[in-house]
Amino acid sequence: MTPHAVSWAWVVLALPLAGTVGIALGWRTLGGRLAGWIGSGTIGLSFLAGLAMYTTLEEVPPPGRHLVGSAWEYVGTSGVHVDLAVLVDPLSTFMVLVVTSVSFLIHVYSVAYLDSDRGYARFFSYLNFFVFSMLLLVLAANFVVLIVGWAFVGAASYLLISFWYRRDTATRAGIKAFVINVIGDVGLVVAAFLILSQLGSLDYAAAFAAVKSVPRDDGVLIAACLLLLVGAFAKSGQLPLHTWLPDAMEGPTPVSALIHAATMVTAGVYLIARCYPLFEHAPTAAAIGALVGTLTLLFAATVALVVTDLKRIIAYSTISQIGYMVLGVSAFAYSAGLFHLMTHAFFKALLFMGAGSVVSALGMTNESIDRMSGFRKAMPFTFATFTIGAAALAGFPLLSGFFSKDEVLSYTLHRGGLYTLLAVLGYAAALLTAFYAFRMVFRVFFGEPVEGASSLERGDLYHAEPRNPLTGEEEDTDVGFPGPEHHIAERAFSMKAPMAILALLAVVGGLMAVPGLTAEVEHFLEPSFAASEHLHEKPPVSEQLTGLAIGGVLALLGIGAAYLVYLRRPSLARSARERLSLVHRFLVNKWYFDELYDRAFVRPGRALGRFGRATVERVLVQGALVGGATGVVRAGTAFARAIQTGYLRAYALLLLAGVCALALYFLIASR
Amino acid sequence: MLSEQILFFVAAAGALAGAVGVVALRNPFFSVLALVGHLLALAVLFLLLRAEFVAAAQVVVYAGAVMVLYVFVVAYVGGSEEPLGPSLGAIRAVGPLFAVALLAEIAIATVATGLKAVGSRGSEVAAGFGSPQAIGALLMEKFLIAFEAASFLLLLAAVAAVVLAGRRRGLEEAGGERVLQLGRRPETGPQATDRSAGEQGGYGGRAIDKPASAARGGQST
Amino acid sequence: MTWFVVLSAFIFCIGAAGVLTRRNPLVILLCLELMLNAGNLALLAFARGHGDGAGQVFALVVMVIAACEVVIGLGLIVAMYRHKLPIDADEMSELRG
Repeated sequence: MTPHAVSWAWVVLALPLAGTVGIALGWRTLGGRLAGWIGSGTIGLSFLAGLAMYTTLEEVPPPGRHLVGSAWEYVGTSGVHVDLAVLVDPLSTFMVLVVTSVSFLIHVYSVAYLDSDRGYARFFSYLNFFVFSMLLLVLAANFVVLIVGWAFVGAASYLLISFWYRRDTATRAGIKAFVINVIGDVGLVVAAFLILSQLGSLDYAAAFAAVKSVPRDDGVLIAACLLLLVGAFAKSGQLPLHTWLPDAMEGPTPVSALIHAATMVTAGVYLIARCYPLFEHAPTAAAIGALVGTLTLLFAATVALVVTDLKRIIAYSTISQIGYMVLGVSAFAYSAGLFHLMTHAFFKALLFMGAGSVVSALGMTNESIDRMSGFRKAMPFTFATFTIGAAALAGFPLLSGFFSKDEVLSYTLHRGGLYTLLAVLGYAAALLTAFYAFRMVFRVFFGEPVEGASSLERGDLYHAEPRNPLTGEEEDTDVGFPGPEHHIAERAFSMKAPMAILALLAVVGGLMAVPGLTAEVEHFLEPSFAASEHLHEKPPVSEQLTGLAIGGVLALLGIGAAYLVYLRRPSLARSARERLSLVHRFLVNKWYFDELYDRAFVRPGRALGRFGRATVERVLVQGALVGGATGVVRAGTAFARAIQTGYLRAYALLLLAGVCALALYFLIASR
Repeated sequence: MLSEQILFFVAAAGALAGAVGVVALRNPFFSVLALVGHLLALAVLFLLLRAEFVAAAQVVVYAGAVMVLYVFVVAYVGGSEEPLGPSLGAIRAVGPLFAVALLAEIAIATVATGLKAVGSRGSEVAAGFGSPQAIGALLMEKFLIAFEAASFLLLLAAVAAVVLAGRRRGLEEAGGERVLQLGRRPETGPQATDRSAGEQGGYGGRAIDKPASAARGGQST
Repeated sequence: MTWFVVLSAFIFCIGAAGVLTRRNPLVILLCLELMLNAGNLALLAFARGHGDGAGQVFALVVMVIAACEVVIGLGLIVAMYRHKLPIDADEMSELRG
């Protein structure tokens, strides 16, 4: 008998899929916002099914909370045995709840945000497809279904980044994201091969049970884990495969909120957490993961200090925060890392929603904070929620980000050795995080109102000719570009409600894991990580509280510094930029990663392509193979062609010659 | 018999003279006349071979009707034998060589190799051999299908002759008229199909067709 | 009878040489007639030699066919003349390839 929880898992998967297909097939008949409500409805129902899955799972005693349900046998040849199976355990349930809840809120937000866009139904079909893929990824019970979900998620990301497909910048960004994702996919698939060969199975349970038979820190195991990390880094935007994430801001803001903040980019973290037995048995790989995570969080925090595009600041913040999560799960602090994943989903989605509202107020023609200021009075609701999100991001005491980020750091600090250094770097970046979070708040909402803000105070929404915010190119509002209407939170209830809910969650979410008092998340996730060697390496409560204190102080320092620089003495920013202009330039150009990749990969690739076309294609294929083959045929038939002179008498001559030859033959043969 | 042999040689000489005349004479009209002479000589030879009916048919049908047809056409078309442009010198030289080769082969075959069927005297023939009655009986009994097929072929040829010679002119004019109309009226359905029929049919007057096809091409893109 | 066949061969080859040598299509057709008649002669010679009337019937049918062929050939030439095309076998070389 199939356990109930597994049945609910199938329902959770089926609903978004039905939403995608239904909207895709019937989009012509869905007028107005109906497609949006249908899309949101399916995800909402999926969330309820996820809750049902959670409650039915809780009914099972903890050791048995690892339920696998198989739909059918997918592959059953010698040596490989793979089912289309879902796994319901605390980790997957946790992810399902986070994904469906945040997705639902973002769907509701998009109902109003994208109204008047010609591709409205297409958007919700894609969005539902994305949620389905993500759920498939987290509910997978073996590596094959994981890879399927992984690939689908990459495809959905591409579709949604290039949603406004007539924008060149958007399509280019989509291709960039997809290409880098493919690099990760390759890593993941090769890792799966290695796991199959080393551990004998692609099923999670079987593979993880077999890992003890392999020597610790075995070379092949390390290789497999490193390849898993490659996949995780590509999907989660960690160094060095991070360059696609800031460009992915070309997609509509709800896409940035959902995919590139709350869910898809966390798939890498989920992967590392899911494969924890492998990583624990190959600590070298885990250490490398932690190192990369830390470098990433530092790098992204520095860049976020100087970049001027609002959405891109938030994107770098995402990269940085995921660095924290990667650090957490690589340091074997699973519940801490995953808790940070959850809180980050809340406040990052909230930040993006607020950013979307502000960008709308400027007619979607401009996303640079250089041209935004003084929106406080014009958009009070957006201001309030955005500030709450920024405060949570900064780790303001008692908000959710405070508890989650500092839990990660205190676990890391507790591990000692290399991890102490990483923790210190993490704290340094936390200071920077607080600074740039409030840089955004102070720059955008304080100061003299710009034209969009002052017109909004008067009650008129600013209107501008449609333009590409990045390049300033002129556009129109037909399909493939943003629609003519722009919606701000203050005027759209379906935007306000999700933002309010997320703000609430960002504030109180942290209370689930107050050290010494509550440990909801940890207790819930414990059965998933029961085989972990490091399960009981929790730092004592006193250490945790110290860590929290340090974190809180750093957050307040960062906020104070931002206040100083941006509100009290604006000239400080300018003089710092002038004096440290080299550093500033280095940071603004994102540490020149794009230029590096351009020189290292893109240019050689293009040169190779040109060489291929000029030499291989032209000389070899066209000349030798095609030309050669046709040349041989042509030469061979030249003789035959020479006979076709078109002259009647020549043909007659041939006839006569033939008759002569025949007669000669018969003459000789009859002798 | 001697008289037969003398008659044979005389008729043969006439036939050969006619043949050479057809090939060698420059003026096509004279070639036709030479062929007529050749055919008459051949009729004599047929008589020598006891093929009376065929000889009569040769004179009446071939020399009488077909050659008259030729005369008409030569008079209409004319054509003098002036080489227009470069001629194929190689073929002029090589062609007769092959002809001679063929002649040699056949001569050897008949005379020298001793083909059994080629006797000098031949078998005795029946009394009515070659008479109209004999031919008629054969046609109606043994070779009925060949007879019918031949008549069918004649019918075909007649129809073909009418088609080749006749309707062309009417189509040309109709095509020309419609072509002139194209410049004024916009394209509508029935007219388009008419025009396509006309264009395929009338291939005279190419200069007029060109603007039509350009207009049609311009409107259809 | 041998002489008849040899004569027929002569006429045939003269006709063949004529087809190859002349340029005026009318004359080419005439030479074709020569060849056909040569064939008739040979047929009749063999018919006489074997005492079989079939050869004569065959010769008649050949005559019919020759007549049909003449009709079409001359019709073509007339059509060529009507379309102002040169009446020259060497000019008609559009089938070259």
